Amino acid sequence: MVLRSKKTKPKAEAPAVPAWLRVTHWLNVAAVTVMVLSGWRIYDASPIFPFHFPAGITLGGWLAGALQWHFAAMWLLFVNGLVYLILNTATGRMKMKYFPLSLKELWRDIKQTLRLSLHHDDLSRYNMIQKLSYLFAIAALVMMVLSGLVLWKSVQFPLLRALFGGYDTARVIHFICMCFIVAFTFVHVVMALLVPRTLKGMVIGRF
Amino acid sequence: MAGSDKKFVRIDKKLVIKDAQKVIADPYRRLFMKKSMSLGALAMLSGCDFTDGNSVDTVLKAISRFNDKVQAWLFDPKRLAPEYTETQITRPFPFNAYYSEAEVRPAPQGYKLKLSGMIANKRDVTLAELHAMPQTEQITRHICVEGWSAVGRWGGVKFSDFLSRVGADLTAKYVGFRCFDDYYTSIDMPTALHPQTLLTLTFDGKTLPPKYGYPMKLRMPTKLGYKNPKYIAEIFVANDYPGGYWEDQGYEWFAGS
Repeated sequence: MVLRSKKTKPKAEAPAVPAWLRVTHWLNVAAVTVMVLSGWRIYDASPIFPFHFPAGITLGGWLAGALQWHFAAMWLLFVNGLVYLILNTATGRMKMKYFPLSLKELWRDIKQTLRLSLHHDDLSRYNMIQKLSYLFAIAALVMMVLSGLVLWKSVQFPLLRALFGGYDTARVIHFICMCFIVAFTFVHVVMALLVPRTLKGMVIGRF
Repeated sequence: MAGSDKKFVRIDKKLVIKDAQKVIADPYRRLFMKKSMSLGALAMLSGCDFTDGNSVDTVLKAISRFNDKVQAWLFDPKRLAPEYTETQITRPFPFNAYYSEAEVRPAPQGYKLKLSGMIANKRDVTLAELHAMPQTEQITRHICVEGWSAVGRWGGVKFSDFLSRVGADLTAKYVGFRCFDDYYTSIDMPTALHPQTLLTLTFDGKTLPPKYGYPMKLRMPTKLGYKNPKYIAEIFVANDYPGGYWEDQGYEWFAGS
């Protein structure tokens, strides 16, 4: 096939997207997918807002099944997230890629985006919108895990329960974080499809 | 459904994958296929009712049992659930059972609580005897596995006092409950001995009404609602896993809060 005829590039420097990041990224995709779809089913058992999720797009079949999925995938989400945060910090990647943050640059990038003139010449560097939205996604997932801990073990973690305003408030926060993560994922996928080289980078490590 | 499943299995999976790999050499396309396949797999799983004993079901049940152990480890026998004030009580407190409120069964004539298993004094216990024991009250939050919660006020005998009084073997693993509405469940001994675990005889200062479990309900603010049996007919102590009405259908056993 034509696609096969491409010459393999000579081996160069370390991949732009390290293997640990690619692995944790895709494991996180799996974990978040299961958590969100089973979470919708659990929400449906006792909705906190006047709507429910159509059963067909949820995971688990019934409440007990959804809970089994949710409490299984939580380990993947938690352990994988911990590995990601530790490696991201220990390798210095976090500091190098995300900081310093700058409001001035954010404003410039927003203006360029609105003028449809935001460039992606160097994919190894994040623009300020990317930096902030990825940090936002990390923060939302951390909040998700912590509020989830309050729901799962509200008696055993009194400090966490107080910080989240009690059991019922933690439920609402858990739901709102889910909305943030789903919204982020939607934008993230659209952006990846608009600049497909980023998707290639997240799979094979090179853009 | 079973027939079409079998047809599916007969196809040599490895050959199919090998063929597919030839076609999808391009990494984008490979990724796209991979993602769509896993989405398809997820969509199929969402239709499962987890009673057909497939391998996914087995793995999920094993993780659920592992989670029971983690929860037993996380459970601090001295940590108290928060208590609330009179004004924070949820009124009306919701009725909840595996049947509707209209189907609540009255207590049998001449009701006495039966005791069995690893208990020294297996004599039947009357309500009068329970009322004669030291009474205590709590206003705590009942958390349902469905996600909702409600604050109620319960009064009765500390369950640890009761178990000591009847000479239960406190080194046993489980305390089980059989109820006259055909419900049944079981709990771990550390939770049974928790200071807020209460054999309740009253609700909101009055004799426990039929809808909340007359003649008695075991109240544990450290466990989800379905672990709190109402209409208790028999209490037993055992080392063999007794299961439960919801637990046998796939809900987790420990269900701690």
